[in-house]
Amino acid sequence: MSVARLSVRGVAKSFEGREVLRSVDLEVATHEVVCLIGSSGSGKSTLLKCINLLVPVDRGEISIDGVAITKPGVNPNTVRQAIGIVFQAFNLFPHMRVIDNITIGPRKAHRIPRGEVEAQARVLLERFGLADKAREYPDRLSGGEQQRVAIVRALVTRPGLMLLDEVTSALDPELVGEVLGVIRDLKTEGMTMVIATHEMGFARDVADRVCFLEGGVILEQGAPVEMFARPHHPRTRQFLERIVDAGRL
Amino acid sequence: MTLTPIERVERRGPRLLWPRRSPRTHEEGARGALIAAISTLVVFGGVIALVLSSDAWPRVQRQFFDWTHFKASFPKVLSGFWLDVEMFIIAEALILVIGLAVAMARSLRGPAFFPLRIITIGYIDLARGLPLLLLILLMGFGIPSLQLPGVPNSALFWGVAALIFSYAAYTAEVYRAGIDSVHESQRMSARSIGLTQTQSLWYVVVPQAVRNVIPALLNGFVSLQKDVALVFVLGVREGLREADIYNARTFNYTSYIAAAILFLLVSVPVARFTDWYTDRERHRMQAMSS
Repeated sequence: MSVARLSVRGVAKSFEGREVLRSVDLEVATHEVVCLIGSSGSGKSTLLKCINLLVPVDRGEISIDGVAITKPGVNPNTVRQAIGIVFQAFNLFPHMRVIDNITIGPRKAHRIPRGEVEAQARVLLERFGLADKAREYPDRLSGGEQQRVAIVRALVTRPGLMLLDEVTSALDPELVGEVLGVIRDLKTEGMTMVIATHEMGFARDVADRVCFLEGGVILEQGAPVEMFARPHHPRTRQFLERIVDAGRL
Repeated sequence: MTLTPIERVERRGPRLLWPRRSPRTHEEGARGALIAAISTLVVFGGVIALVLSSDAWPRVQRQFFDWTHFKASFPKVLSGFWLDVEMFIIAEALILVIGLAVAMARSLRGPAFFPLRIITIGYIDLARGLPLLLLILLMGFGIPSLQLPGVPNSALFWGVAALIFSYAAYTAEVYRAGIDSVHESQRMSARSIGLTQTQSLWYVVVPQAVRNVIPALLNGFVSLQKDVALVFVLGVREGLREADIYNARTFNYTSYIAAAILFLLVSVPVARFTDWYTDRERHRMQAMSS
């Protein structure tokens, strides 16, 4: 069996005594798309930030392609080159043009020449329909465009794993589609992704596997068809019923 | 061509004296301007008439506003004032750089930077806790008296150094407020694309922070522009010192008024500019959030 792209073992994290992740185990194979679902505060975001080393874990181990990244002495900046993350609130840098937002990371952190990164950035912008936005400042773009730029920024280092943290939650409903389209695109080309989402319909379409997080552990996981049709755990059933009642599935 | 709200704000020129609220109609605007002009004339004219008609006025005029003394003292005061301007420019440039460095050092996180944070906090407490005049006397007279080899012995040098020492601490706190005002998610986002802590501060946080605190920095400009005159206690022949020398010789205060006019000529435009800039930024932020 080949080594998993991402392996999370017994990861725990507390903030000021509040246990957000109790013990999370998760294996993600190369080219696999895993959706994390669960109510707000269930630990989805924290888990993604732990994987990208933005939040240090209290216990447990995270490996990328078999290499433990949570060990002391690992340079987090090298790890982050291999993992792209996109946040709910876009978090673009408002004082930089789109092209600089995308290229600043590789240019400064990884010392890749400007010409090379910009060429790569323009290819991605073109692909996601943003070619004419390269010289704009983020506040001139719609939410959907900003989020697509954020995705390009995460993709420009050619990461082997993408983490998406509720990337459509801050968007107007009519803009959700264009961002989800980009993610579907990434799946088609084989990108390995872990996606925290409230869009159950999207999770059902795009995920190879869905994990239900509750109280800091993965309570149940399985193929989307299985999970949504026949959830085993009463808590999962309860959660999905609430989602159905809210008209989100 | 349609302008975005931001462009509309940016195209607006400085409004120096008129209130921001725009009149609803032309007539209302014209009537408002007329009322403002008349009331200004009445108030200021009344005050001036009162002062000029008072019994003490001839004495005041002789002591403070004597044209002959003004003409006699002005060239010396002006040439001394240029030294004030030079001191201000050199000190301000260094204050902006040192203040930023101190603020950045104080904003670095993690146990490895603990000693650096302690040093910067100690420095800021010390520099802000001491009267500026005490610092100027202590450094301006004290250090040259040591006759240390390889160290400048000029009172002017150490006077300016004392100004920088004190003002850089205040400025560092201004920058730090700016750094704290940038949302944490910007830092996280910068770290997520591989930038180091220092790179995140320098490329992402600081540019936004500086923009947020420009009005406060400009206030510091106005303040320093006046405080450079304090080095006169060291015997440095800047504008105030020259005015003082003239006064000591003639017992007439018009030379101080000449110095006052020069300081005002520099500080009032900076103050007006600060108001205009702050106003423009506030509108820009409102336009952005709408």
